[in-house]
Amino acid sequence: MSLDRETVRRIAYLARIKVEDERLDQIAGELDGILGFVEQLSEVDTDGVEAMTSVTELTMPLRADVINDGDCRDKVLANATDPFDGFYTVPKVVE
Amino acid sequence: MSKTLTNLTIAEARDGLAAKEFSAVELTEAHNDAVVAARDLNAFVSETPGLALDAAKASDVRRASGDVLGSMDGVPIAMKDLFCTEGVQSTAGSHMLEGFVPAYESTVSKNLKDAGSVMLGKANMDEFAMGSSTENSYYGNTINPWKASSGPDAGSDLVPGGSSGGSASAVATRLCLGATGTDTGGSIRQPASFSGIVGLKPTYGRCSRWGIVAFASSLDQAGPMTRTVRDSAIMLGSMAGHDPKDSTSAPVETPNFESAMGLGVKGLRIGIPKEYTAEGMPQEISDLWQLGADWLREAGAEIVDVSLPHTKYALPTYYIVAPAEASSNLARYDGVRYGLRVEGDSLDDMYMNTRAAGFGEEVQRRILIGTYVLSAGYYDAYYVKAQQVRTRIAGDFKSVFEDVDVLLAPTAPSPAFAMNAQLDPVSMYLNDIFTVPASLAGLPGISVPAGLSEHGLPLGLQLIAKPFDELTLLRAAETIEQSAGFELPVFSGGEG
Repeated sequence: MSLDRETVRRIAYLARIKVEDERLDQIAGELDGILGFVEQLSEVDTDGVEAMTSVTELTMPLRADVINDGDCRDKVLANATDPFDGFYTVPKVVE
Repeated sequence: MSKTLTNLTIAEARDGLAAKEFSAVELTEAHNDAVVAARDLNAFVSETPGLALDAAKASDVRRASGDVLGSMDGVPIAMKDLFCTEGVQSTAGSHMLEGFVPAYESTVSKNLKDAGSVMLGKANMDEFAMGSSTENSYYGNTINPWKASSGPDAGSDLVPGGSSGGSASAVATRLCLGATGTDTGGSIRQPASFSGIVGLKPTYGRCSRWGIVAFASSLDQAGPMTRTVRDSAIMLGSMAGHDPKDSTSAPVETPNFESAMGLGVKGLRIGIPKEYTAEGMPQEISDLWQLGADWLREAGAEIVDVSLPHTKYALPTYYIVAPAEASSNLARYDGVRYGLRVEGDSLDDMYMNTRAAGFGEEVQRRILIGTYVLSAGYYDAYYVKAQQVRTRIAGDFKSVFEDVDVLLAPTAPSPAFAMNAQLDPVSMYLNDIFTVPASLAGLPGISVPAGLSEHGLPLGLQLIAKPFDELTLLRAAETIEQSAGFELPVFSGGEG
């Protein structure tokens, strides 16, 4: 199989990573190499095999539905690029 | 003292501190000096000598009043920069997290702190733990203190392996008595093998993942990197434990791992999985593997040939599962809440500019692969298929462990290679061919330095045990260690 430039462009957009046009071919080649390598999995008979969802045989733990953390707004915002008045900020999304 | 303070093992430091032969402050100062003297190796992203001295002073005060916290009290260690440390920059080796100062402490680093250990600094690593050579760090390459004595790489700088390469190099160079690592597909065991030290990846769930920057959550596991097997046993005891903040943390007791020391392997059944060979693997690694089996047999174990038929599919499975989980985990780096932001004309532009500038090449590659295999139309063909094969791989281990107690295999298919070898992605991934299977099955594994290559570089042997059976793993590891008689040289850079 082989990835085309358009597919790489589409994946990069899904992943929200800006990729310059001149890098598309190189990346397509590298991803092809990796996908070619994983292709061998098709040899394995997995009919009726359950897909692994958890490596340990633990049941998901439950806890009481109570607040056990919080009240630390300033700590949470401490690493934000451009906090304002107790909020995160992002570029304007509503015209 | 017969030994300089940086040459001690953790066990020796504990005994020396207890006997008041030296103080935690003296021990820490010697290591702070060693860290500075070995800056050429670039083993650390951040050094924290002041915090270390404060912690050492507190340790000495405790000791004077008889309140010693345990074996790790006063022991200087390095912390892989993947662990969030309160008030200390935690970068994960990435430009994305340059300047990120967590407001909280990861559970594992907190456990070590609560045990009295002294953090010297944050160790360099492949960005987001993705790599096998520590050449993917935004903060520069880490150098392996070992040099080939002959052959094509003689005299060249070698990689320390990865992703926990800063930790491995720091332990091997005696800049610290032990270091934390994390292992997703081999990132503790492979650098341990490349650097001539011991690296233990515990059972998935043994150590809490809370506060560790996430790479592939179903695989990530923290563990100790030390110069002896006993030291790994001691250090793991202070890292492990159930943590309600990580829902995959196992609610099991933490045994006294050091109690496994001296028990030997008499009566154990050791499996030799015939599939653990690789194309182009040097004969010396096969020979060492055979030698390891002989050592265990001579020590009273029974050696059994076993088969893990799906071994060859482990690496391709890993390179679907791990990137898929990474693409999801790394979606959080959006330039809003923490980390780098690169402005753009719209919200989408800001995201795309930030992630293009903040992530290095390998991280971008894995996010793209992960995004592709999870995307509509490909999810079943790649991701579900890989998780089915993963079930098969885990099933192989389950059946052989009905018959044997421990498996013996090489750790890596080669010794350390030269820096800037410019391997293509798939060739680089092949470094993890022997470590990935146990990761996919969540099993504990350890690499023990067992010999030297023909060019004088360290080679590790790997042991793998049943889930939560680190005690048996450590018994076999100590036997390999004793039989090998491996001696780590004192590298000039790190002499304190």
